[in-house]
Amino acid sequence: MNASVPARSASAASARRRSGVFGLGVPGTLGLLVILAWLLVALAAPSWISAGAQDIGGLPVFAPAQIGHWLGADYLGRDMLARVLLGARYTVVVALVAAVGASAVGTGFALLAAVSGGWLDTVLSRGMDTLISIPSKLFALIMVAAFGTSVPLLVTTAAVIYVPGAYRIARALAVNVAALDYVVVARTRGESRWYLMLHEVLPNIAAPMLVDLGLRFVYVVLLLASLSFLGLGVQPPAADWGTLVRENLGALWEGGLAVVAPALAIATLTMAVNLVVDALPGRDARKAVR
Amino acid sequence: MSPLLRLILQRLGLALISLLLVSVVVFLITAVLPGDAAQELLGQDATPETLAALRTQMGLDQPLPLRYLHWLGGLVTGNPGRSLVSDAPVMELIGNRLPNSLLLAAVTAVIAVPLALLLGTLAAVFRGGWLDRLLNNGAVVLVSVPEFLIATLAVLLLSVKLGWLPALSYASDIDSLSGAARVFVMPVLTLCCVVVAQMMRMTRAALADQLDAPYIEMARLKGVPPLRLVLREAMPNAIGPIANAVALSTSYLLGGVIIVETIFHYPGVAKLMVDGVSQRDMPLVQTCTMIFCAGYLLLVLIADVIGILANPRLRHAR
Repeated sequence: MNASVPARSASAASARRRSGVFGLGVPGTLGLLVILAWLLVALAAPSWISAGAQDIGGLPVFAPAQIGHWLGADYLGRDMLARVLLGARYTVVVALVAAVGASAVGTGFALLAAVSGGWLDTVLSRGMDTLISIPSKLFALIMVAAFGTSVPLLVTTAAVIYVPGAYRIARALAVNVAALDYVVVARTRGESRWYLMLHEVLPNIAAPMLVDLGLRFVYVVLLLASLSFLGLGVQPPAADWGTLVRENLGALWEGGLAVVAPALAIATLTMAVNLVVDALPGRDARKAVR
Repeated sequence: MSPLLRLILQRLGLALISLLLVSVVVFLITAVLPGDAAQELLGQDATPETLAALRTQMGLDQPLPLRYLHWLGGLVTGNPGRSLVSDAPVMELIGNRLPNSLLLAAVTAVIAVPLALLLGTLAAVFRGGWLDRLLNNGAVVLVSVPEFLIATLAVLLLSVKLGWLPALSYASDIDSLSGAARVFVMPVLTLCCVVVAQMMRMTRAALADQLDAPYIEMARLKGVPPLRLVLREAMPNAIGPIANAVALSTSYLLGGVIIVETIFHYPGVAKLMVDGVSQRDMPLVQTCTMIFCAGYLLLVLIADVIGILANPRLRHAR
């Protein structure tokens, strides 16, 4: 209903101006392909890599790259390529779930606050402001100290840490939308709070919140990788890319491939997301309220 | 009371309230646990009787609000208790390490802040040019890789490949000047990369906003020379946002310090805290957290006040 004629012609114009999939342009499309490739690896690698690739001592410790073992071996002589591919699911999937969770909860609270106003808005905003004044790594450290490092807890920790940021952006966007005439009309019409939140306000803040989700995903990837690097994230024998960097630090003196490969994997993922985010249409709207 | 002083006191009050609320959050996260400190201390083979006795001794059987007040009182009076692991007073452990961390942060700030301001200003002045694009792309790369990657690459390049520096730093080497330089170079280099990238981007955005404003166009048309245009016309209006950017970047400095102290074995508070987290030494973790949060809020407050002082509209009574 809301997709009026001018909106459609505007998107057609931008599609004409920009090439690539979904009008993302060349860098954006490239980023999207990299993300999809890592997602595919994350989901498929466990069933696709043979168990033998994880044998300890199959290769010399920190063996250099060679045919069949393209990234050499890790500190226990395991095939590094298999380790990186298997690590993808801990980095990509865990971060994705946490980022989507943070974004969904933050947006939900923000819609509630913007549509309700009054004391509920004040209490929610004040509470979120408090949480946001704890720097994220510090927050992560106390959560880990208190609750431990199992994967579900890490997802929860990362999600909780980034809810206030998502809330802040979403509320700033939603407050502007909630003051528009058609929302006032819908309110006067007697629509429920739920309807106002989901059908009137949400569709109009969805595009910038998608951009925000992308940025939050990058933050979560970096945070979880850092935690793992400190030995306070995903615990062995499971290994995300941060853990892989940590456990292979000794390789720095032997050429460093086992350290550089997982670190580069993180960098390709975060930069790919940045490229896509830069190409998304909601980018300027998110920036405007920051 | 002058309106300016009132405004500043108001901000101070808000910062104190924020800190108080943060202390509630920190206390709730670390105190409302299925297993408590007494259980942690006694381990698996504790009998219910000894557990109950220790709980009473530690005050864990008291209601939650009372425990919070007791804990807060201890923090404020500088007596947050003893480490569960080493049994040393927490304040003593932190006191030994705090100067090291402050020194690291100070050296980083002295290098990073002027560098970031200079690069950010250059990028804003030549926005759209090759220098701007180079700096911007460099900053995007630096903020999208984890700090430990920068630190690792620094070790790989400077220690392993070139052999110029030791891979680990120990504060005991600080006695001689050359020793100090060697200890500090890599941690400071890594921190600077992270902080400069953030701060530069925000400085550029704040100054570019001003440089695009109509009054700058007007000044340019009047024939104000370029240097004066940037420093005398645009800069005073950008100081507030820039001070804010610097303060927000200290959040990244803090995150960076946690990583850098760990990877280089630097004997600072952040390393102490990371060790505390892995040993679940709650009194230590709580106190470190509150010290870091207080420091962060203090910097944000200072930035806020600088912003107020720099804004002529807020300086004069209406």
